[in-house]
Formats: sequence, C-alpha cells, structure tokens
Amino acid sequence: MARIPVTKTPKVYVGGQFIRSESGRVFPIQKKLSPKGQPSLLANIPQCTRKDLRNAVEAAAKAGPDWARRTPYNRGQILYRLGEMLESRSAEMTDALVISGASTKAAAAKEVVASVDRLIYYAGWSDKYEQVLGNTNPVAGPFFNFTVAEPMGIIGIIADDAFPLLGLLSQIAPVIVSGNVCVALASEEFPYPAIVLGELLAVSDLPGGVVNLLTGFRKELVPTFATHTHIRGVNAVVSQEEKKQLQLGAAESIKRVRARKRDDEIDWTGEKAQSVYEIRDFIEFKTTWHPIGA
Amino acid sequence: MGDSGRDITRTMSPPAGAALRTSFSKLFDEIGTVDQVGIEERVAKFTTRSIKKGSKLWGLKTAVSMVDLTTLEGKDTPGKIASLCQKARRPSADPDVPPVAAVCIYPFLVKYAARWLADTAIKVASVATAFPSGQSPLPLRLEEVRTAVSDGADEIDMVINRGLFLSGEFNAVQDEISAVVEACGDAQLKVILEVSELDTYDNVRAASFLAMQVIRPGDFIKTSTGKASGSATLANTQVMIEAIRDFYLATGIAIGMKPAGGIKTAKQALHYLVAVKETLGDAWLNSSRYRFGASSLLNDLLRQIEKEKTGAYQAPYYFTEAAESY
Repeated sequence: MARIPVTKTPKVYVGGQFIRSESGRVFPIQKKLSPKGQPSLLANIPQCTRKDLRNAVEAAAKAGPDWARRTPYNRGQILYRLGEMLESRSAEMTDALVISGASTKAAAAKEVVASVDRLIYYAGWSDKYEQVLGNTNPVAGPFFNFTVAEPMGIIGIIADDAFPLLGLLSQIAPVIVSGNVCVALASEEFPYPAIVLGELLAVSDLPGGVVNLLTGFRKELVPTFATHTHIRGVNAVVSQEEKKQLQLGAAESIKRVRARKRDDEIDWTGEKAQSVYEIRDFIEFKTTWHPIGA
Repeated sequence: MGDSGRDITRTMSPPAGAALRTSFSKLFDEIGTVDQVGIEERVAKFTTRSIKKGSKLWGLKTAVSMVDLTTLEGKDTPGKIASLCQKARRPSADPDVPPVAAVCIYPFLVKYAARWLADTAIKVASVATAFPSGQSPLPLRLEEVRTAVSDGADEIDMVINRGLFLSGEFNAVQDEISAVVEACGDAQLKVILEVSELDTYDNVRAASFLAMQVIRPGDFIKTSTGKASGSATLANTQVMIEAIRDFYLATGIAIGMKPAGGIKTAKQALHYLVAVKETLGDAWLNSSRYRFGASSLLNDLLRQIEKEKTGAYQAPYYFTEAAESY
C-alpha cells in the first residue's frame, strides 16, 4: 500500500520546549538541487520575531542561576555527553546538512565529526579554564588575593552561514561551559541543521533554557540583540553594518560584543577556531581579598 | 449589630443536605447563575485586544496607579515596610510614573506604614480578621480591625468565613461582614471572598452579592488572599465584576473591585483593564473603584513602561525589588 510520507514541522527549541514563532510566521527553505532537479520545498522554518527573542531571554534567565551553580565537572559531563549523542546521530546530522544544501556529503560528514570534537574539547576545559584564566595575585600584605572567573549571564549568539552546525556549536560551547546561558540565532541561509540540533539538545542532559535556538532573519533580530539590556554579551558573526549596529546598541545597554567578520570566511574546522580564550571572552573576573590565617 | 457576633456562634449548626440545597437555590433564584462556558469564552476574548503605543503606555501607568503594593509575610519587618513605602511613593526614577494606590500589609505593621505615608495620598491598607483563614472568634477579629484602624489604616481587607458560606449560613456571613463594616468606622472595607475555596462561579457570584448587600458604596470586593492554592483569574474576576455591574444596575450602588494574587505581568494587568473597560466602563478605570493586589506586578509594569519609552527590552534587575512576589 502506498504510504503518505510524514514530513516534519520544524520548530525552534526555546526554554526546553519546541515552539513556533509567536507571530505564526514561517519562511520556506528549498531542498538542495540535483543537477537536473526542480526546486522543491524542504520545510517551512519559524520566522522568529523580536518578541520570540524576548521570550527566549526570559527562558534563559530562568535557567541561568541553576546552570551557573552546577559544578564545572557536571557541566563538563553534560557537554561530553552531548558530544557522545551527536556522534551516534552523525548520520542524521550529516543528512540535515546535505539535504538543506549547506554542504556536500563528504564535507558534511567532516563537519559533524569536527562538531563532536569541538564539544569534547570544551567539555575538557570545563574544570580547567579557571586555573588558566584565574589567579592568586601577589599582594603586599597578609592577604590572599584571588581573581576568579565568573559567568556573565545571558549571551546572544548570531551564527555564521558557513558551517551552520560547526560554527554554531563553536560559538555556543565556550559560552555555556563556564555557566553562561545563551540565545542563539541560527544561520539565516541554512537554518535546518539548527532545528535538528534542537531535537538533540532536548534529549540531552542540558537543562531546558540553557541553550535557546531561534531561526529567522538577521535584519529583524540583530537590532534587538543589540539593545536588549538583559543580554550581557553577544558572540556574533556579522557584516560590517551589523557590527556597527551591535556596537551602538551595546554601548547603550553596556554589553560585550565579540564580532567576527562574516566576509572573512572563517575556517571553523581549524585548530584556531577553538581556544580557552573563546571561553574568556564571556567571563567576568572578580577579585577578592581574604586574610591569611583567618 | 455590636453583639450579633455571639448570636452567630450560637446559631451555627450544620444544616441537612436538603436545607443546604434550598438555601443556595433560593439565593440563585434571586441573583441568577453564571454561564461557565460563556464566561470563559468571553474572557479569552479580552486577551486578544491589540493595545499599542500611547494606549499601552496609558494602560500601564493607570495600572501602576491602581496597585496595592503588598507584602504579607511572616518575615516582614518595620524596615521592610519602610522600603515598601518608599517604593510606593516613587516607584520609578521616571517622574512620569504615578505613585501606587496603597500599600497592603499586616495589622502589626500599620503604624510604621502610616508614619512613612503620612504626607502622601497613598492609602495604608491592612489585612485583618485573622487573615488568611478568618477562623478566629468574631470578637477577636473585630478587635483586630479596630486596632488596625486606630493605628492609621485607611482600608481594611477582611476575609469572609468560607466555611459558613459553604454550609449555607448566609445570614451569618452577612452579619459578620456587617459587624466588620461597623468596626471599620471611616476606613474603607475590602471583602475577600477567597474564590479558590468557593469551588464554582455560581458560588463566587453568590458570595459577591452577599457581600455587596451589606457593605457601603465605595467599598470593595476582592478575589483572593494570595495565600490559598488558587488566585485571581480573568474568569473569576469577570464573574465578580459582572456581579458588581448587575448590583449597580439594580441598586445604583457602585462597589469597587480588587483582583489579587497571581497577577504578575504587565500584559495580564492590561487584560484585566480591558475586562473592566468592557464590562463596567470608564467609571471604574481608576484607583477608587479598581485595584490590583500585587507585588511583583509593579516591577513588570515599570519594566514595560521603560520598554515603551526607550524601545529596548529591560533587564529585571534594573528595577528595585519592593517585596517578594505574591
């Protein structure tokens, strides 16, 4: 008997739940064209609005304190487990990259492997970055003087169109490993892998609200990323124009902006794309004094 | 009226099931019942109104001016009341934001609040009558009211005896309310029905009428204590404001309304205002006829006002906490 195919309604992963845009709007993405194929619809992707971004920030704010209070060891375990799960779902993820036209089959497989490695890399850093970035400072008195690394809070992430999975994860992992929570805008051109990533996150040990994924148009959302005062920092791959917009908004709302240029064609697979300094970008340093012997 | 308290306790015996049914059905014959599905459909519509820009800002500011800024916790101190009063006087650095309508506190703390608010129009409201259960002997409850009033309370929030109401002792319920009205003197009275313990919309309407029949013009009826499991919803508030409307049309006496508990966001507050506007009209859109019993609501209102003015979403920690949520 002929079977009617069951197609998926893509939804974004926000606050541990799969939601549509509050506006109800969607935008179509096409399947990758075979050389002689006709264009055909892959899916209708939620076109999130600034209100969705606001709601995602509220969800992140709820999840933040608990996530930051967990031990670094526990956060490392959860990231590692995420890597394990991505490894076992690599076929599905590769398919998501290929079918949406983000990359060729060989490149997609490579990207998924690199994504797994990236998660493992930052999982390893979870209980070590503080030793590298923090310090016991020498002072002229009978005091210990510590510099400790603390998470900033809610971080906005604006992802690259190249490497829609690896790029996104390379921006998310160093942000959340230190106890930050994030609201990420997936690639506008290739949002589909982020939808599948959301399905993976939902069944991982990551508490709902720590990573919130939105899909939609940069034009509509970048201004709100810039001006929302509850977002403490932005980790973004942006055009010159968008960078200016972010910096103007950030000056008003006092947030940190880490902007990579979109035109630079960042090689996310390279060694240079991962570093403890990516973690440092979204850390606040607190210096405390403590009397010796007390 | 003064010694009616003793009479009530004597006449209180649980009526048989049949008598209970009779007393309720007699009351419902008189005041009518509530169409549950209709009410819920109606209030669902209130949440679909599009209120933007200028009208939104007006609504938010009006809501601020209607807030009974509340703290009802065992750990309240005179110091905490001082900061609550400060917040009530000047909720925001923005001079455009009006002060709130009242602070709502426990009777013991009334004297402190009265001192802090002496030079303002902000009212001191005190819960009394063995809040939140109401399960103390009537003379003690009346004494609590008199003490709060003599300490400087402008408004008294009393609770009805839900047990008496549910066992059909309507006269006893009304006598108790009358006794409290008398004890209030010049102070305004708000009668808390504690709707979550009344089970049905019919009962909410019935209790509203019983209260309205004995309180004075300008007194209030109020949904909840905020201490029970359920609290104000658009639906039970709608039942009560429709009762107020029907009572007003029948008698010409205007009673105020105070939903309390569970109203935490500015958006909810606007929905409640829509309900008032579309049910009771503009005459009720001010703090002498309508109040919000809330604490965390105020900060969300301030947050949304700032958002309307600057265009940027605000972090909650930009606004001082007056009290923990209720």
